Amino acid sequence: MIELDLALQRGEFSLELDLVSPARTLALFGPSGCGKTTTLLAIAGLLHPQCGRIAFDGQALFDSRARIDVAVAQRGLGVVFQDARLFPHMSVRDNLRYGMPHRHQPDRFDAAVQLLGLAGLLKRKPAQLSGGQIRRVAIGRALLREPRALLLDEPLTNLHREARAEVLDHLRGLKRELSLITILVSHQHDEVAALADAVAVIDDGRLAALHGIEAFRALPAAPFGPPVAPNLRAAR
Amino acid sequence: MNPLTHAEAVALALSLKVSLVGVFASLPVAVGCAWLLARRRFPGKPLCEGLLLLPLILPPVVTGYVLLIVFGHHGPIGRLLDAAGLGIAFRWTGAALAAAVMAFPLLVVALRNAFESVDRKLEQAAATLGAGPWRIFFGITLPLSLRGLVAGLALAFARAFGEFGATITFVSSIPGQTRTLPIALYELISTPGGEGGALRLTLVAVVVALLAGVIAALMLLHGGTHQEAEA
Repeated sequence: MIELDLALQRGEFSLELDLVSPARTLALFGPSGCGKTTTLLAIAGLLHPQCGRIAFDGQALFDSRARIDVAVAQRGLGVVFQDARLFPHMSVRDNLRYGMPHRHQPDRFDAAVQLLGLAGLLKRKPAQLSGGQIRRVAIGRALLREPRALLLDEPLTNLHREARAEVLDHLRGLKRELSLITILVSHQHDEVAALADAVAVIDDGRLAALHGIEAFRALPAAPFGPPVAPNLRAAR
Repeated sequence: MNPLTHAEAVALALSLKVSLVGVFASLPVAVGCAWLLARRRFPGKPLCEGLLLLPLILPPVVTGYVLLIVFGHHGPIGRLLDAAGLGIAFRWTGAALAAAVMAFPLLVVALRNAFESVDRKLEQAAATLGAGPWRIFFGITLPLSLRGLVAGLALAFARAFGEFGATITFVSSIPGQTRTLPIALYELISTPGGEGGALRLTLVAVVVALLAGVIAALMLLHGGTHQEAEA
């Protein structure tokens, strides 16, 4: 169960969302600038809503009435940022291990490496990886944190066609095998249709509609334009 | 054959000791100050920034005199240190303190710039992975600031090595204790027949400063940063 009830003001932009969904993978879908990433950062604890409640399976990460605001490091979320944010001075192996709660779990590490096809990349630095590989390492790093929920911010944006297909395949595999609560931020109809169980359509900081995935798939592909440049998106 | 006389070699060794001890002993404080200035907002921050720059702006004699008032035998801290058997006035440790104070602003400015150049989004990513502030600092911020740290150390060392005014005011010129290379050089210049020694010490000072400058330039201007490498 995903509960998102939050009010957040950032400069001129105001976000007011209130939704409850039983879906395991909920997509936040809408055009660039509508507040998807802001919502994701608030869930991660990197932005602070003025009021509301954020909870997964009944466990509150933020609840202004109950005065709960779990610190970022204690939220237990696996966040895959749009710009990946791999640590440039560390190898892929060290990036992957950074968030592991129990460092000495070779089986878990090997399983994630296998699942994401990272075995040949472990000694490389992020600067030596392709876009698709970077995204897969970021996903692996978030998974090895053993998160209670996974937050994916535009995981396929800015990837060329082959890399996109490659990462999409891995995300489908993860969904099948792990059944983690996942919040997927996207403005791509096909990406959402392939991965989500339910879709919250957001427009100008408000919930415009909440669809089941079949209803969403039946909709014509939304004419949301190309994504804005990553640095502009990150600045929001 | 040793190109330096015994007294010159003693002054050089003392300068190296005083500079290294002064800079490395002040490093943890400089790191703390630089991190606070780079990462935190607090009341009175501009005042703190101004205070940190004072040793760079004040006449060195003034700084030395303030050190003498505070850390001298009759100073409030000096008396306590003397009582504990740790007095620093007119000792090499006092010279190290003077060198550290004079080099401190350079170290803090270099470290602050280095910390500010680290992408805060990486620190946020580390926090989402469960890392606390210390782990983020030692695992992410500090390694990514390493070039700035080394450059700051090199510049601060060069500044400490060349320190003269505050040192001679605070701890005077005692051979083997406080007569550092610049003080020995000054005395050679003031002494008839000291031109040869003065020239030798001048050459040493130039070589040491040049080495530190090259290291700082290599760290700051060449080789890029990790962030650039990723982008």
